[in-house]
Amino acid sequence: MVHQYQLNGCRIVIDANSGAIHSVDEVAYDLIALYEQHTHDELVSLMLDKYRGRPDVTEADLRECLEDIEELKRQGKLFSDDLYGQLAGVLKERSGNVVKALCLHVAHTCNLNCSYCFASQGRFHGERALMSYEVGKRALDFLMENSGARHNLEVDFFGGEPLMNWDVVKQLVAYARSVEKERGKNFRFTLTTNGMLIDDDVIDFCNREMSNVVLSLDGRKEIHDRLRVDYAGHGSYDRIVPKFQKLVAARGGTKYYMRGTFTHANPDFTKDLFHMADLGFTELSMEPVVCAPDDPAALTPEDIEIVKQQYELLAKDMLRREEEGHPITFYHYMLDLEGGPCIYKRISGCGSGTEYMAVTPWGDLYPCHQFVGDQSYRLGDIWQGVTNTELREKFRACNAYAREECRDCWARLWCSGGCAANAYHATGDIRGVYAPGCELFKKRIECAIMMHVKRSERESAAEG
Amino acid sequence: MTRIKTLSTRD
Repeated sequence: MVHQYQLNGCRIVIDANSGAIHSVDEVAYDLIALYEQHTHDELVSLMLDKYRGRPDVTEADLRECLEDIEELKRQGKLFSDDLYGQLAGVLKERSGNVVKALCLHVAHTCNLNCSYCFASQGRFHGERALMSYEVGKRALDFLMENSGARHNLEVDFFGGEPLMNWDVVKQLVAYARSVEKERGKNFRFTLTTNGMLIDDDVIDFCNREMSNVVLSLDGRKEIHDRLRVDYAGHGSYDRIVPKFQKLVAARGGTKYYMRGTFTHANPDFTKDLFHMADLGFTELSMEPVVCAPDDPAALTPEDIEIVKQQYELLAKDMLRREEEGHPITFYHYMLDLEGGPCIYKRISGCGSGTEYMAVTPWGDLYPCHQFVGDQSYRLGDIWQGVTNTELREKFRACNAYAREECRDCWARLWCSGGCAANAYHATGDIRGVYAPGCELFKKRIECAIMMHVKRSERESAAEG
Repeated sequence: MTRIKTLSTRD
């Protein structure tokens, strides 16, 4: 399967199955588009007719280009066959019931009252609660006991607002550090926070123990304060931005990212990203809101078109910033064409419900943080393990080939079948397809690849 | 002339 598109002056051809990416000129672009429907003689005739008067388009040149295409095809880099579809289920079964990552919901409560919160202001549609040290310790033991030969284990402190249970967070990190070497494990801790309770102790501890921190900021003050308010209805922007700036500076400007949410109120989200850059933040992420279609915050079809244009605008602006020597990072544009994920990872996706689970303050297990509170998605608990094995198998069956709609999609080995929670919230089925999400995803990948092509052109020009 | 430049393959 081949996908072709033009963006920002680039003509790009993606061979979906092999992952090969080709930057081509207009003649090769046309030849590849017509290649499988015509003979070589027909193609030469068509191109000579189309490019009549162009001295560089000769029969000899066209036949040379066709030979290049044929060679790429022989090498499996163009019009390549799908070698992985039949392996999709097998590959995921090989990991057995290994668990390698937990999202610890240390606080089902929050000091903000954001109206769009999928976690229902941190309560996850249940009672307010804080995780005890005993439950957290058992969760870490559960992870180590079920991690098989995996060395790297991940624990994300999440909520609600995890800083509302800060002492327990510190105790759990200390416990994990005290046993990881003897158990042959390496814990990577991360934290997601709204910033309200950041102080010097939090900054020092995070910079010592957290491999990454996610800082929630929606961008411009008027956008952020519209939805991210406290229980008195006051916006939080002025209170959190200085704290975030202090934390990021203390981390040396790395291993963090600003995470914003855009809604129907600001589909022109690049203004918010650029505002964050103006505040001195360089590691940035802005995500579309996840909510019911009838929610006032939900993106409309018109918004989706605006967002796609915004993604293009962002890519061009990031290239400009790179050239001017003050780059920013947008998480969805981080595409490593050389050291990216292996085919197993591309087929398997995030591992929710199998390798990755969320733990409630009471020790219940859910497939991921976005399912917490929905009793029908309870997998088990940290004492007995996964007891709803039927549900686990349902999640294990989620992969890049699980949905009929994905079979003809060029992006499936980048998106890995997408987010089960988004599919569930949009369609009521974890194997449903959230079409607007697909559109946005494909646009982001197209932009990210275009940026690589532009950088390659820049390097070639510099080499002369 | 070369009309195609390959940037990436997945090893």
